[in-house]
Amino acid sequence: MTRLAAGLAILGALALAAAAAPLVAAMLGHDPFAPDLLARFEPPSATHPLGTDDLGRDILLRLLHGARVSLAVGLAAALAATVIGTAAGLFAAWRGGVADALVMRIADFMLALPALPLLVLLAAADPSRIGLPARGEAAGDVLRIVVILALFGWIGVARLARAAALSTFARDHVRAARALGASEARILLRHVLPALAAPVAVATALAVAGAILAESTLSFLGLGISPPAPSWGNMLANAQELVFSAPWAAVWPGLAIMLTVAGCTLVADGVRRRPGTR
Amino acid sequence: MIARRLLQIALTLAILSFCAFALIALMPGDPIEVAIAGDPRLTAEDAARLRALHGLDRPFLERYLAWASGLVRGEFGYSRLFAQPVASLLLPALRSTLVLAGTALLIALVLGVALGALAASRPRTAPAVDAVAVMGQAMPTFWLGILLIIAFAVTLGWLPAGGSAEHGLGLAYLVLPLATLAVAHLAAYARHSAASLEATLTEPWIRTARARGAPERVVLWRHAFPNAALPVLQIAALDAGALAGGALVTETVFARPGMGKLLYDAVMGNDTNLALVALLLVALVTMLATLAADVAQRLLDPRLAER
Repeated sequence: MTRLAAGLAILGALALAAAAAPLVAAMLGHDPFAPDLLARFEPPSATHPLGTDDLGRDILLRLLHGARVSLAVGLAAALAATVIGTAAGLFAAWRGGVADALVMRIADFMLALPALPLLVLLAAADPSRIGLPARGEAAGDVLRIVVILALFGWIGVARLARAAALSTFARDHVRAARALGASEARILLRHVLPALAAPVAVATALAVAGAILAESTLSFLGLGISPPAPSWGNMLANAQELVFSAPWAAVWPGLAIMLTVAGCTLVADGVRRRPGTR
Repeated sequence: MIARRLLQIALTLAILSFCAFALIALMPGDPIEVAIAGDPRLTAEDAARLRALHGLDRPFLERYLAWASGLVRGEFGYSRLFAQPVASLLLPALRSTLVLAGTALLIALVLGVALGALAASRPRTAPAVDAVAVMGQAMPTFWLGILLIIAFAVTLGWLPAGGSAEHGLGLAYLVLPLATLAVAHLAAYARHSAASLEATLTEPWIRTARARGAPERVVLWRHAFPNAALPVLQIAALDAGALAGGALVTETVFARPGMGKLLYDAVMGNDTNLALVALLLVALVTMLATLAADVAQRLLDPRLAER
């Protein structure tokens, strides 16, 4: 339980910090998006607690606004992956036979492929050709990354959900419900789905961690969230160009990613180690 | 088993090549549009003539089949970005990536298992090892790379910040990318070998060995380790495949030539043919590495072969 509590505390603190971004901006009196060329590369001070970047923007404020983007993308992608994955895993376990084989073959196909090169290729595709917002627009960027990450994220959830569902279908209480004439919908929603809660929670926590790492990687490579909108990944891309002039700019976004991912891992570990959870 | 797996690999490549070819059609700008942007004197007739010349006006399926049958015959085409045959770009890149990724995997495996053994045999060190492993897994690869550049290239000036040697092995250029990639994978090995060893050390035959008076070192490495190694090998088998593609970020951060960097540059430079062929090659290497790791695992553990 201590792991779960520690993980939740870290994630809660990060969420609070992200929510407080406009408040901090008002307190410090800066705009995280407006360049201030007279205040470039300032070391940490009272007015700029973490210093400024190459355009004189406050690093703390960009970090907090980046948290909103990175956390939102990670949560949305993981939620989408969880919903799709749980549905696919439950469906495969319920129907069995051809449906099961089909779902698992698709999962095997995607697992066999090199994930990162594929993500890069997918993220570089031009969504405006099929009528979606073009790359570089803030809302379009977020949507695009969420869809791509969900496309890869559902597999892990589906495998865990399927395994848990298969063992639940074989349990006595499900067979008893069936013998008593319960409808299939009732069996699925009332008797099997609740048993999936713990494994799916573990898979979701890991999916959030994976999504945040993947988003930051894509943004770092210039294929995710495009500047001027801050994300932890594109802040680090900027920081790598500044290693000689402002090395401190590289520290904070990476630390934020690491904390978030570690928080998710701790939550997943914590849920997994709870008594009664396999 | 191997013949069936090879067939699966071929099928997977066929499906992937079709999906990726369709996807590339969505990438910004076909080569002719890029040419027009580069040379405003091109007229609409010129563009139409060029499209017809390169077969870009033909239907999608016909284009795919022409391209795919060329690949099967070993004709990989040309890279627009590097103005070279794709085949001559791929081999040096693949070699560079395999050297980097293979060495990194080996280092990660040895150090990870050592850390795991430390945690399992000296329980007081377990929380520290666990904390290091959780942080290592949570750390984005590219961030670690940047931090290493700041520490060893910018501040201390001991090692180059990136690039590769003109001649020879270029060990100095290899150190930081290796460290980056190895640390990224080490954490998983440490966690899994620690958990696996801890579980194995409670088995009855371990108690027997201890009761017989076997020294703790022998108990750990001779009795517990071979049995605890299997889950670790499973992770390594998965990683062996992921390393070729996973080196993409490390190669990009350190501007080190390799498959990942080649693919990334091709994608960013709208070099569609190079991007596609590189993706297929990375996928092929990934699946072959996974297959090799599976075979190795079956050789080490006969119980798996029976299934």
